[in-house]
Amino acid sequence: MASFARSIRLIAGAWALLLILTASAPSIAQQSQINPTASSVRERQLLQEFDRIQGRVSIPDQRSSVLIQPAGREWREFRTVALRWVGGIAILGMLAVLVIFYLRRGMVRLEAGRSGRTIVRFTTFERFVHWMTATCFIVLAISGLNITFGRPLLLPLIGHEAFSEWSQWAKYAHNYLSFPFTIGVVLIFLMWIAGNIPNKVDVDWVKRGGGIVGRDHPPAYRFNAGQKAIYWIVVIGGGLVAATGYELMFPFYLSGIEGMQFAQMVHATVALLFMAVMLAHIYIGTIGMEGAFEAMGSGTVDVNWAREHHSLWLEEENARAEANARPRPAVTAAE
Amino acid sequence: MARMKFLCDADRCIECNACVTACKNEHEVPWGINRRRVVTIDDGKPGERSVSMACMHCTDAPCAAVCPVNCIYTTADGVVLHSKDLCIGCGYCFYACPFGAPQYPQVGNFGSRGKMDKCTFCAGGPEADGSREEYEKYGANRLAEGKLPLCAEMCSTKSLLAGDGEIIAQIYKERVMKRGYGSGAWGWKTAYRETIES
Ligand code: HEM
Ligand code: SF4
Ligand code: SF4
Repeated sequence: MASFARSIRLIAGAWALLLILTASAPSIAQQSQINPTASSVRERQLLQEFDRIQGRVSIPDQRSSVLIQPAGREWREFRTVALRWVGGIAILGMLAVLVIFYLRRGMVRLEAGRSGRTIVRFTTFERFVHWMTATCFIVLAISGLNITFGRPLLLPLIGHEAFSEWSQWAKYAHNYLSFPFTIGVVLIFLMWIAGNIPNKVDVDWVKRGGGIVGRDHPPAYRFNAGQKAIYWIVVIGGGLVAATGYELMFPFYLSGIEGMQFAQMVHATVALLFMAVMLAHIYIGTIGMEGAFEAMGSGTVDVNWAREHHSLWLEEENARAEANARPRPAVTAAE
Repeated sequence: MARMKFLCDADRCIECNACVTACKNEHEVPWGINRRRVVTIDDGKPGERSVSMACMHCTDAPCAAVCPVNCIYTTADGVVLHSKDLCIGCGYCFYACPFGAPQYPQVGNFGSRGKMDKCTFCAGGPEADGSREEYEKYGANRLAEGKLPLCAEMCSTKSLLAGDGEIIAQIYKERVMKRGYGSGAWGWKTAYRETIES
């Protein structure tokens, strides 16, 4: 009997246990069905936190570890819209200003006419450096403009094949001439730094509108304030354009992709503004002012030109010439 | 007409890199270039995910917009292709691309870039479909043979899907419904300006 009762208890117990187990089973199952994405990385969240998503790759090319970098979109906007407006306005605006200026003012003449006597302004070496840099600049500017504006302006005219062929050559020219251009900028910096430190004379020169805007001839040393401005634009602008240009030419040597996007933005903006400034420089050096071109052409200028535009420089040069010449007459006079 | 897209289900990718290898082999991709790659995010941490990524064949493709010689075009299937004959190797498409897809074989000295190379959705290039020139420049043209990209076709977990955007989005949605979770279609917002609700 006792054994029967015990077995009943056992069966009842087993039943009860089974019941409890089955009753609780769904809740256990629920707990075990965890959501594997609850803790997983999420694209939207990552993009909100960082400007790009980066991970690990097992292929050798570690640069490919950047998964998504949406910044390319803003760069695209800059490249296809903003840059073209800024460059177009700067260059066409400058051209318009120069044409209007020329029509109203014409060539700035030598007031006293030519004296017939000349004075050396730039040595052969100085002129060589100037023209080497200038030639490179023009080729770099044309090939650069082709990258910026060629697709909308030139491609429809000459067709895909011809445009690609020309652009390929233009790119080679742009890449290779960057080296002599950079050397030229460095030499210009070293060669003319002495005459280009701003000083008090420049303040007065600017107040009086210089030799081309104003009607009188404020005194100036070897370089007036306008030329000093050109000098510093060439040195700083050229330096920026060269540094950023090389960053684009040597991808990944200096920076990752965001650095190259930034370099392109600086390069293109500075280059286009640089071209606008150089248009003004070319204007003054040629049709804008009588007697100016010879300085870089033959290297000598008329003494009257020097007196009108660089009076203090002429005095310096005369004083130096006298100092060199004086000992001899002094000796002869004593005899 | 179909609108071809890629979709990577990061909850399924096991980072086996088979897609990377298959792609390299199928197209005889030049040395140093991987048209497809697998990136693991938060590697070794709980919740890490791997994503197989190549050119996404974007809507209104940024690369095409910035190319100075306009050599990148979108086909009727929504595949973004380019002409290596016209490319001048300037690197601009690479700056604009959100997925780092364009790459360059290094030619000559100082890192100068050769012709751009990227995933073609196994659709070759502008040359005649299946021609020898096409194969040499861009690799196989599977699409012209009625086949889908090899990377997705041979993906063992079917993490990587390729095909008509609506169909692969539907497959993904069903998966997410059934299993109850999904970390979303990586890159879709950036490439196609749309996401798949999960
Ligand atoms: C000094 C060294 C320079 C270097 C290393 C350099 C390099 C580059 C490179 C690599 C590019 C990208 C496109 C390509 O590969 O052709 C570029 C674009 C460009 N460069 Fe230069 N460059 C230099 C000087 C200049 C100068 C002096 C100018 C202007 C007068 C200039 C104007 C431009 C312009 C306008 C672009 C196109 C920008 C765009 O539309 O995106 N560059 N340069
Ligand atoms: S993923 Fe990059 S290369 Fe491909 S279409 Fe988009 S922008 Fe162009
Ligand atoms: S590298 Fe080639 S395809 Fe890319 S933007 Fe430059 S020219 Fe166009």
